[in-house]
Amino acid sequence: MKMTAIELWTALHGMVFGAVFLLAFAGGLAGLYGLRREWLTTAGIKDDVRRLTAGTWIMAIVAWLTVIVGTWIVYVPYRAEPPEGADLTKYPKFKLTSDPSTAGWHEFGMEWKEHIAWISPMLATAVAFVVLYYGLEIAERPYLRRALIVLFTLSFVAAGIAGLFGAFITKAAPLT
Amino acid sequence: MTERAEKPNGPAAAAFVAAGIGSAALGVFTMLAETFEGVGSLMELYAPVGPLSGKTTFAMVVWLVAWGVLHAAWRNKEVSWKMVWTLTLVLVGVGFVLTFPPVFLVFAPEE
Repeated sequence: MKMTAIELWTALHGMVFGAVFLLAFAGGLAGLYGLRREWLTTAGIKDDVRRLTAGTWIMAIVAWLTVIVGTWIVYVPYRAEPPEGADLTKYPKFKLTSDPSTAGWHEFGMEWKEHIAWISPMLATAVAFVVLYYGLEIAERPYLRRALIVLFTLSFVAAGIAGLFGAFITKAAPLT
Repeated sequence: MTERAEKPNGPAAAAFVAAGIGSAALGVFTMLAETFEGVGSLMELYAPVGPLSGKTTFAMVVWLVAWGVLHAAWRNKEVSWKMVWTLTLVLVGVGFVLTFPPVFLVFAPEE
């Protein structure tokens, strides 16, 4: 059982960070939804806010790590140009675009994924900052809590689109 | 729950609007790099990554500068949340739309 360096980076980018991101989103969303004045007890509220702060920051940090590793490490061999007569299985972008039946995975899927993914960490960081800055006060301001839920979800949608296409593209033309 | 809301909403507004500005900037840079070859070349900060290296780097710079400026301007202020929230959603929407290939490729010159 062997993995090349780029296979390890790809797994880290798509599976490890992806799994942590999903967990952090689920926890963060539940935390934000429950941060209502009428639902909270004095005893539990400080722990709830601490967990929410940790969850939103973990999601933001993981989102940054995912896009940075994806763009600056994994994307490099993906788009590398093959020399004349090379085996295209080692050059995923050119393997996909060489066949009209798979070209869409690059021309639509990768083009969308590589751009929209970067919206996710900006939105997640804004949410994490506001949760850290306002803490318990969010429960007193329903408008702020609702806005945080919307931005948090949009961050997840952007990452979800990127993750979904990443999985499909890796299946169609894996990096080895 | 005895704590009362005391902090102004300015810092939250600054974080939200700046995230919108960063998203929109990413969309605009993506569209410009597709439309004008010169812009595409300018965005190529690191050849192995291509124009994506510049589009994302410059969008992050715009986001951070916008956040810093807005935070400094609004940190002690209570701002209109309706205005802030509408602006944030519009800017994030621009980012989503302009990073969608069928949209930004409309501006690409025909090959």
